[in-house]
Amino acid sequence: MPEIIDQIFVLSKHWLLGYVPAGLQPVFSALLSVVPVLIAFPLLFAITTVLERKGLGRMQNRYGPNRTGPFGILQPMADGIKSLTKEDIIPRTADHLVHLLAPLLLVTASFLVYAVLPIGRNMVIANLNAGVLFFFAVGSMVELAVFMAGWSSRSKYSLLGAMRAIAQMISYEMPLVLASVVVIMAAGSLSTVAIVNMQASYTGIWPHWYVFTPWGLTGFVIFLIAATAESNRCPFDLPEGESEIIAGYYIEYSGFKFALFFLGEYLGMFATSAMAITLFLGGWAAPFSFLTWIPSYVWFFTKLLTLILVFIWIRGTLPRLRMDQLMNFAWKFMLPLSLINIFGAGVWHYMPAGLLRWLVVTLLVVVSCISLSRGLRRGKWFHVRTYRFAA
Amino acid sequence: MIGEGILKGLAETARNFFGSYVNKDRLTTVQFPEERLPQIEATRDFPFLVYDGTDWQQGLRCVSCQICEKECPPKCIYIEKSKDKKPDATGKPQSYPTTFNIDISVCMSCQICVEVCPFDAIKMDVAFELSTDDRFGGLLLNREQLAKSNEYYNKIHPTEAAAVDAAFAEERAKAEAKARQAAEAKAAAAAQTLTPGAGETTRVQ
Ligand code: SF4
Ligand code: SF4
Repeated sequence: MPEIIDQIFVLSKHWLLGYVPAGLQPVFSALLSVVPVLIAFPLLFAITTVLERKGLGRMQNRYGPNRTGPFGILQPMADGIKSLTKEDIIPRTADHLVHLLAPLLLVTASFLVYAVLPIGRNMVIANLNAGVLFFFAVGSMVELAVFMAGWSSRSKYSLLGAMRAIAQMISYEMPLVLASVVVIMAAGSLSTVAIVNMQASYTGIWPHWYVFTPWGLTGFVIFLIAATAESNRCPFDLPEGESEIIAGYYIEYSGFKFALFFLGEYLGMFATSAMAITLFLGGWAAPFSFLTWIPSYVWFFTKLLTLILVFIWIRGTLPRLRMDQLMNFAWKFMLPLSLINIFGAGVWHYMPAGLLRWLVVTLLVVVSCISLSRGLRRGKWFHVRTYRFAA
Repeated sequence: MIGEGILKGLAETARNFFGSYVNKDRLTTVQFPEERLPQIEATRDFPFLVYDGTDWQQGLRCVSCQICEKECPPKCIYIEKSKDKKPDATGKPQSYPTTFNIDISVCMSCQICVEVCPFDAIKMDVAFELSTDDRFGGLLLNREQLAKSNEYYNKIHPTEAAAVDAAFAEERAKAEAKARQAAEAKAAAAAQTLTPGAGETTRVQ
């Protein structure tokens, strides 16, 4: 019985496909895989916006939205209707075509990456054997969309925002990919499905998630930080910096195009979180062997929601970084650390299993982390800013 | 240790998050339509016209001098002066406004009209729930909508209104005394032209 519930979506898809003539089956198969994803994740977006606003409110001792529907849960509907009925303003000097294409490209790119994310057991749209590569390749299309938006708007703020976004995204793509390299090394595969399958076994009750290794934990933390920067979220939200450049690259967007940017941004955040889950947190695998009777997709979405909550929590806590701090952090701390982490994963691979390799790799990572941060502080790259005021 | 400050911050926000569900004192939000804070006495938003007595048309203090119309910085007051006269708050015959409009969509609540009015006829109101679905007609207040009683004024700004009332009472007393004096002088003058005995009787009256 648990197997049937676990596979209910896969089974119902096959059952529905049985009614389709053979020639149309590939098309329908694709449709039946894609449409649920196109529905589920925007729905998650709607839930997340209200959760985020309420959570942030509570962190600042406010109520958050509580007027639309019971406890304000219908707020996303109100927001959606509002953005749909708003006037769509395009600056007169804007490049109209590019201005229109930018949000579309952003949302398309954000949706494309879901093709390789395994949402549950046997539930992936395309099991590419270079899935991780596909993910990062398509994910970098987001940068293009962001720059299109910033450039075509013909506004100083948009352009500044776009420049910041490009600098930040390119810088953080590096540690993001390098952090996932350790998993690819361990799994010996670029396929997301294979990576999850590797982690879906147990020793006793404990799972084989990569996050439970020293290099995996380091990689996970680096990945999470880089993912925050990739999705332009606080404390790396300089491209949007409301207090400095108002809304950055999408300042000249209004109405539904603005909503599309919002959607694209959140979809990107979900996708990178889902990738972090796939790579480090065992994808759809249950955290304990005795919990495997709970369907795999439930686990996936539980983990996803947990990561989203972490993102919200971080957003409610940390102030925004300065541009030079952001760059220094990426190039002088995250990048060397992720390289050392790759080396650590190699050491782990060639040492015999046991306590010794735990000790060696942990020591390697911790020592390099501490010395890097010390070095950065001494080199005045991380320093406490002092202010001089006019007397 | 690197990241220590971040952990501290995360602990703080987590404490806020859970604390706000447990401890209501943490939440400073006033849930407006259901809960309201008492208004402080100096609250002000848009001007209104004060009238004495019960009939707003009779009691309107405004004498249509149009000073406020001239002084209003965004020019949102429009006044038409009457041809005839009626007694004002102190009893003197004065003109009155046949039209007195304030466009509160333009008014910037600067209170200059109140400061310049020599007749204490225009004062600042405290009513703020003025939203309407007609942004032109709905926000253009006419004479009738603007007229509010002196009792209302006493209720919303007690100290200020008491001072105004005292000043009016003094002025009225002065005017009465003056009128009495004038009457006496007149009577005395009349008595002089008559016989001395007749003067006595006029004084009794
Ligand atoms: S408060 Fe200021 S802006 Fe408003 S009517 Fe009076 S003078 Fe004009
Ligand atoms: S409100 Fe005052 S200043 Fe304005 S016209 Fe009337 S009496 Fe004159």
